[in-house]
Amino acid sequence: MSNDTIDVAAIRRDFPILAQTQDDKRLVFLDSAASSQHPQQVLDAMNDVYLNSYANVHRGVYQLAERATSAYENARKSVARFIGAPSANEVIFTKNATEAINLVAQAWGRANLGPGDAVVLTLMEHHANIVPWQMMAAEIGFEIRWIEVTDDGQLDLSNLDQLLDGAKVLAFTAMSNVLGTVNPVERLTAAAKAAGAITVVDACQSVPHFPTNVVEMGADFVAFSGHKMLGPSGIGVLWGRMEMLDAMPPFLGGGGMIVNVTRDGFSADAVPGKFEAGTPPIVEAVGLGAAVEYLENIGMEAVRKHEVELTAYTMRTLTERLGDDLILLGPSEPAARGGVFSLAFADVHAHDVSQVLDEHAVCIRPGHHCAKPLMKRFDMNATARASVYIYNDTDDIDALADALVAARDFFAL
Amino acid sequence: MAGLEDLYREIILDHYRSPRNKGELETPPAHRTEGFNPLCGDEIVVYVDTDDDGNVNDIKIGGQGCSISQSSASMMSAAVKGKSVEEARQITSAFKRLMSIHETSVGGDGSEAEADDLEIDPDIKLGDLEALQGVVKFPTRIKCATLAWNTLNQAFDEIDEA
Repeated sequence: MSNDTIDVAAIRRDFPILAQTQDDKRLVFLDSAASSQHPQQVLDAMNDVYLNSYANVHRGVYQLAERATSAYENARKSVARFIGAPSANEVIFTKNATEAINLVAQAWGRANLGPGDAVVLTLMEHHANIVPWQMMAAEIGFEIRWIEVTDDGQLDLSNLDQLLDGAKVLAFTAMSNVLGTVNPVERLTAAAKAAGAITVVDACQSVPHFPTNVVEMGADFVAFSGHKMLGPSGIGVLWGRMEMLDAMPPFLGGGGMIVNVTRDGFSADAVPGKFEAGTPPIVEAVGLGAAVEYLENIGMEAVRKHEVELTAYTMRTLTERLGDDLILLGPSEPAARGGVFSLAFADVHAHDVSQVLDEHAVCIRPGHHCAKPLMKRFDMNATARASVYIYNDTDDIDALADALVAARDFFAL
Repeated sequence: MAGLEDLYREIILDHYRSPRNKGELETPPAHRTEGFNPLCGDEIVVYVDTDDDGNVNDIKIGGQGCSISQSSASMMSAAVKGKSVEEARQITSAFKRLMSIHETSVGGDGSEAEADDLEIDPDIKLGDLEALQGVVKFPTRIKCATLAWNTLNQAFDEIDEA
């Protein structure tokens, strides 16, 4: 495979699930923003642990346990390399990105936030980067401020300095899971730093699709999920600057996160053990490590290039085929967005659209995409969201367009 | 595999295109209850006006949703308007039974189980509502079909408590 282009046909052969048909139709999977599919290499790596090297990690001294521990820790190294982390110990395995953000909000938040403080969020956040802060606000009594979103689906940064004035945290998404908007991460982290606020980046939609370097991002914390980047569900990542992680109290308590426990109390282990209480998702971590290696082999520059091209094709095709009947939320410039398309007909509900699409074996997600404040901003209660990844091609987009035309015609009101 | 025509019967599309009893009622005297389907974001508002004799004098439906939730709400409003609250509850139970909702089945938020305990009068006729039976073949859509009914039940409970 060459370094700058993607061979989609070859990639598709690595994904057994995509070979199936539904009612004799080719399965068109356009829901990777919700959860992506798995290449054989990831399944094999996980199966290999179960078949040959499974034991609990960081406990046994027998060889099986050592192999399991080494597989788990190698996955941490792979993830660290993939995101440009200075140290693998800064990579904390969590259940998912949601848990990663909750970890920051609760562990860092309890130690550092007080009444009268402010946390700045954007209106395009996923509920996972809203509710954890609202929960802490209810407990502690700090203020939540919002960066608004423009009609073109961009962050309105006109009053950023004002919003950041006196704020302790800026938490924002690197890429909107509804609009596809790619946010100016470095500009935001620099502004926050200048204002004395820490930054928490929800990178769920960016890490699977873009080259990522957490140092260049300038963030204090970056959270993402394994299951949106070809890995299994049940594994997520919190990357944090070691200085921050070191100074924070633990999140969950239990086995594996302590140095010593007595009747009187405990002392916490060093990072990352401090934040990995209980038996971790061992095989899932190995699966994520294999997913990272699979993406590295393709090359993230090539992944991004493929998706920008497919995004341009999608926008052009949908406009040609459906014109003004179809509303597409988000930036109008393909290079300013990722491969996420929130679609709406004026008179056909997203749920009905996806029902018709299912008849065409086209898998998309209807609903509010866990971003209700954003949906309210655009005065919608649901959109039909199609999203692309490395295994999608123009045939998939043509199938999407055909099915959307069929949905429009079926419900011609 | 069930086809689209099993789900989207003509009468369903008719109620979706021309919803009956759409709008608002003044509160009070009417009672207003909101229902949400957290999965898809559908929102429904039921305004129900009951008199001292326990009759549903008027009902209006607001909110937005898919063709299944909107047509179900529209048919529901036509089915219960002018009936007694007791009859309306019976129709609700009969409809939920049509949706195959029993105590051990989906939902299970208590109110459904309670509703299912009602002895349903054999004279209760669902009429047009039976067109929604096809929804059962599309399990993810059952919640769309029952949203209005759960909201109506909640409204009756709130009126009883008031």
